[in-house]
Amino acid sequence: MADIRAASDRSLLVTFGEVITAESAAAVARLTHALEGLRGILNLHPAHVSVLVEFDPRLRRHAEIEALVRERLESGQSADAPAQPQRIVEIPVRYGGEFGPDLDEVARHAGLSPERVVDLHASARYLVHFLGFSPGFPYLGGLPPELATPRLAVPRNLAPAGSVAIGGSHAGIYPMDSPGGWRILGRTPMRLFDADASPPALLAMGDGVRFLPIAEGRF
Amino acid sequence: MALRAANLLAGNAENAPALEMTLTGGVFEFETDAVIALTGSDFGAGLPLWSAVEIPAGTLVRCGPTRTGARCYLAVRGGIAVPRTLASASTHVLTGLGGRVLRSGDVLPIGQEAVRKPRFSARAAPEYARAPLLRATAGPQADWFSGELYQAAYLVTEESNRMGLRLSGPPIPSPAGHMLTEGVALGAVQVPPGGQPIVLFVEHQTTGGYPKPANVISADFWRLGQLRPRDEVRFELIPLDRALALLREQEQWLYSLLS
Repeated sequence: MADIRAASDRSLLVTFGEVITAESAAAVARLTHALEGLRGILNLHPAHVSVLVEFDPRLRRHAEIEALVRERLESGQSADAPAQPQRIVEIPVRYGGEFGPDLDEVARHAGLSPERVVDLHASARYLVHFLGFSPGFPYLGGLPPELATPRLAVPRNLAPAGSVAIGGSHAGIYPMDSPGGWRILGRTPMRLFDADASPPALLAMGDGVRFLPIAEGRF
Repeated sequence: MALRAANLLAGNAENAPALEMTLTGGVFEFETDAVIALTGSDFGAGLPLWSAVEIPAGTLVRCGPTRTGARCYLAVRGGIAVPRTLASASTHVLTGLGGRVLRSGDVLPIGQEAVRKPRFSARAAPEYARAPLLRATAGPQADWFSGELYQAAYLVTEESNRMGLRLSGPPIPSPAGHMLTEGVALGAVQVPPGGQPIVLFVEHQTTGGYPKPANVISADFWRLGQLRPRDEVRFELIPLDRALALLREQEQWLYSLLS
């Protein structure tokens, strides 16, 4: 059922369907873990329903990697990923004001009060689907559907580090200052990426996340 | 490729820490005798390119501005002794991971990591064409497009950076299909809704949501690195086995620098 195709002369894209489901998320996580650390595999890019497998074309051929992927998919099928996250990470957030410049716009788009948006956002349970975009950036599933908001038409030049944001039907957190088009609801003082730490990213695929509103004085 | 060649010529491991200069170059004073190799574009240093060169203590090596492409590489025999971040001596310039761009007055210690003799005779260097042809293989969404990418010349714009080379030319119809964010590879040609292609470069993001009709082949990555704003490029679609054959030829050329 997985679609496997060459994405370049040094990579294969493995896709599990076209919609995000619990099964596709589990398949992405399983395949990523099954391929970690293998000789000749340089990079794994898990995403919503796909894994990009980048390899050293001097050591490995597409057909070999494809056979390896199929073998791992078959042997891993019975070993289900845990239905519940093994770890819940709580992220304190100061919502609104200068920390959350898009809170009011998200509220308008949803037809809700800003307070209700914060309630909904902070009471949901999220799952880290994958880390992507910039180092340590978590794509979070579990955003209440009412809060889904399209990205900005023109991305801002600076989304500050720690910005807690919504992009379409996903939630995310900017680990470092970067340009960005997601709607910023608030900011966390937690550090999501530290190159000197082990592991460098605070969050990992499969982690659970909750947001805890904090008062100004605690930032 | 030029970075690896510079290191091989200087007698280093091919991935030893070395300097990359972009467009403007720099002036380097050597406090001790050294052996260096300059490769890539001609930055007018007045030294032979693509060869090891002995530099006596006290010499100033003046590089830049460029006379050909965008980048010139300076490897020093022994490597440059810099700390590693995430097992890499490189700097991710856009995020500041792993260091920063060099400034006037910085002092760089020369390492002791040479692994073989330097090679002092200049080699036939690759050609730095002003209007390069970028060979590409089909990207994961190639069947969403009908070959428009290969029909016109595109200009490299000023908005290009180490994350992506933004091109400008006849807009490519943006396919209607909605796509989910997926992993993206070096050299991927993305087509955003505006239809102006972006080629992902060395500091590219790990995932992206724009469809990709093509991916520049590994053997032409060095050409991407030598593109300057206002350069013209064309794309040519080639089969995967041809791309891999071209890569093997390039590897053979690189390792011929050792013999």
